[in-house]
This record gives sequence, structure tokens and C-alpha cells, in this order.
Amino acid sequence: MTATPHTDPAYRQRMLYCGVALIVLWPLLVVAEFKPWVLFEPSNLKPTWQFLKGFFTPKFDLEFLSMVAQEAWRTIAIATAGMTLAFLLAVPLSLLAVRALSVSALTGRMNRLPAVLRLLARWVMLGLRSVPELIWALVFVRVVGLGATAGVIAIALTYGGMLGKVYAEILDSGDAHATHALLRNGASRLQAFFYGLLPQNAAELTSYTVYRWECAIRSSAVLGFVGAGGLGQQMDASMKMFEGGEVATMLLVFMLLVWLADAVSAWLRRALG
Amino acid sequence: MLIAASFYSLDLQWAAFLSPDAFSKMAKFIGELMHPDLSTGFAIKLLPAALETLAMSALGTLLAAMLGLALALPASKMHTADSAPWRGFTRLVLNALRSIPELVWAALLLISAGLGPFAGTLALALHTAGVLGRLFAEALENAAQGTAHNAAFALRVRGVSESKVLCYATLPTVLPQLISYALYRWENNIRAAAVLGVVGAGGLGQMLSFHMGLFQMPQTSSVLLVMIGLVVGVDALSDWARRRMTQ
Repeated sequence: MTATPHTDPAYRQRMLYCGVALIVLWPLLVVAEFKPWVLFEPSNLKPTWQFLKGFFTPKFDLEFLSMVAQEAWRTIAIATAGMTLAFLLAVPLSLLAVRALSVSALTGRMNRLPAVLRLLARWVMLGLRSVPELIWALVFVRVVGLGATAGVIAIALTYGGMLGKVYAEILDSGDAHATHALLRNGASRLQAFFYGLLPQNAAELTSYTVYRWECAIRSSAVLGFVGAGGLGQQMDASMKMFEGGEVATMLLVFMLLVWLADAVSAWLRRALG
Repeated sequence: MLIAASFYSLDLQWAAFLSPDAFSKMAKFIGELMHPDLSTGFAIKLLPAALETLAMSALGTLLAAMLGLALALPASKMHTADSAPWRGFTRLVLNALRSIPELVWAALLLISAGLGPFAGTLALALHTAGVLGRLFAEALENAAQGTAHNAAFALRVRGVSESKVLCYATLPTVLPQLISYALYRWENNIRAAAVLGVVGAGGLGQMLSFHMGLFQMPQTSSVLLVMIGLVVGVDALSDWARRRMTQ
């Protein structure tokens, strides 16, 4: 006789997992002050409603739009200038870090000094990219004052670290045969790089750089929130004034910008790819 | 050309940046950063903030995974006869959620959720839901063409309801992939959560901007150290979990 034909064989295991999940989740909810009902308190609902009402009437007068257009351009410019500096920073660092260009490693182990130098370059890049660009921006706003300079430097440092690491990885991952042949025959490291490594990996390197440029546009819009210029700074100002209409327009422009950067970078990558 | 235009149009203050004054400021700044405040009194203050950041990131990712899955289901075409009438619309919603960065979400949500970690959690959840929703939808659609098709198809021709097909055929097949996406986003979110506090959304970021605002460099430096430690720890944890799952 089969008494309970429909019992779930994994019933107890499932209950156990659910129990454990609840026990882990509870302190998380408490620590994060997770109180959804706060959203519906009248004291919070009123400003929210006021703010959202503004959203349905985005501000579109000419003066405001021209200001937004200017700020949007500044956002792109900060991202581009930051990326250029990041590139200039990443290239020497990644050249230092690439193993395929080591002359001593051609015959057995790499010598002590170059090995240490390579490790050092890797650590510098790790340090640069493990601090988020927003924190760099906060630091540099203190040093150079409010404005685009802090944003450009912040992007240059974080993205320099990222680009350098990925460049080094791309260059090391490919087949190093041609490069080694050049080095063995007495080419200098730079010659080996330009005639062996670079042509082999150029497409991949460019495509990654373009992708990062797209990311930089996103983050340069955000950097404005700590006072590093561009669209974010205006958005922050309008939000503090509860100007829903202005924020709505800027959000739309921002989404358009991201979408545009996405399209341009996809097109560029296809054209190169 | 774009690069030249960018440099030309920005009023970059290189002079200010490269002046001896700025250099001495930087040197002082870095010198102070080299001496973190390691006293136990400050460590006790740091611990709850670090926990808050951790909780924000974990909870935000969890909420995002749930919301993302809820949005991914209408956004994906489950089988060839599925007309998926809401596909276009939900994809648009997912795109909108995704294209607004966490920090902007946090600044927006501060208005309705008030200062504190709750706004940060919601901000992470909304942005990540957009990202995960799209990844989940793609995973579901790919699975519908792959092996899951057979299991799901077998159930479907026997007249099993769509919800049961989802629970017993489609989800079990894609679950490891979905979890690995969610873990990967958690790694991203711990970084974002650490930073969100800068606009007032709780956690380590709030402490950072507070101490930096007062130029208390030793404290700032220990907050930064804890942040980096947290990021490295979560990276290692999620790496381990993913490797265990894919084995």
C-alpha cells in the first residue's frame, strides 16, 4: 500500500535550506534597516509624490536644454580625456608586465630583477584599480578643487589600472611564437612588440579599449555627484532642490548618452572586428 | 579628433594640479593616509559600518535576483509556440532599470526612503535587477533551445501546466547559471555598496565621506583598508562558491 504517493523526496532537505536561509537573512534585514513600510509613511510619500509629479512634465525650455547639452558634452569630454590619460598610463605599465617580452625567460627562468620589476608593475596596477574611481574623485576634489580635473584624473587612475592589467593579459594569452622568434634573432623588446605582439592582438586590444570608453562615459556621469563636473553635478543640484522636471530631463539625456555610446562602441567594434 | 576636442573644451586646471602647492598637498595627503587609525575604539565603530555594507550588497543582490527572475519570465520566449506578448515591454523596463547607475538610483531613492542603508539596498536592487533580468532572460531563452527543450517539451506535450514546466524542467536546468550570474553581480555590488554611502546611503561610504570631509586622514585610511579587505573577501568567497557549483 502506498500511503502518500505524492510526497516530495527532497522535502526535508528543502525545509532545512529554507530554515538556514531565514536564519542568515534575518540579521541582514535588521542591519540593512530593511523597512519597506517607510516608503509609504505620509511624511515620505508627500515629497516623493511631489517629486514624481515633476517627472511627468520634463523641463524642455531652450535655456535649460542648452545647459544640459553643454553638461552632457562635458561628461563625454571628461570620459574621453580620462581614457586618453589612462591609455598613456596603461601602455608602459603593461609593457613592463608582459612576460612574453622577457629576454631572460627565453632560456629557462626569468632573472631575479626583471621578475621583481614585473611583479611591481602588476601591484601598481592592482592598487590603482582596486580603489573605485569615485573614491579617487573624492580625494582629488580635495586636492585640485571642484571641477572636471578631478574627474579626469580619477578615471585616468582607475581605468589605467584596469586597462594595463587586461592589456598585459591579452598580450600574454596569445601565441608568443613570433615574438620569441624575433627576440631570439636579436630584435629589441620594442621591435618585438611592434612587429610580433601588437599586430597579433591589435583587434582585441582596440575592442577592449572602446568598451572601456563606453564604461567611462557611464562613470563620468556619476562622478559629478561628488563634484567632479558634468551631468552628475547638475543632477545632484536639481535633486537637492526637488526639481523633478529637471531631473527627468537629465535622466532622459543620460540614458540617451549611454545608449549612444553603446551604439557607437558596438559599431566601432564591428568595424574593427 | 574627439580626444583633441575633449581636451580643448575642458577647463582643466593642469597648472593647479602640477603646481608645487598641489604637490605638497598631495604629499601631505598621502603621508597621512599611510598612517591608518588602528585603535580598537575606531575599529569598533568600523565593524557595524562594514556589516551594513555587506548586508546592503547581499540583500540588494538577493532582491535583484528575485525581481530579475520575475521580469525575466515575461521577457523570454520559452518555446516556439510562445508568443511572449510582454517581451518587448519588459525588455524596455529592464533596459531602463539597467541604464541608470546605482548611485543615481540611490540619490533618487533618498527622497522617498530617507538617509540610510535602506535606500542603498533598494538602489542596488533596482539597478542589478535590470542587469540580472536581462542575463536571466537570455539564459532562459538559450535553455529553451538546448537540452531543457526536451525535458520541458516532454512535460508540455503531456499537458502539464506552464508553471509546473517552469518549476520542474526549465528552472532546474538553468539554476546553476542563474546563481553564478547572481554571485558575479554580488562581487560588483559589494564595490558599489561601499561607494553608495557617499551620497548618504549608509555603510562604509558614509563613514568615508564623513571623515574625508573633516580631513581626518588616519580614519579615512582605515575605512579604505576595510573596504579593500571586504571586496577581496567577497571576491574570494564567491569565487569559491562558483567553483564548487560548476564542479
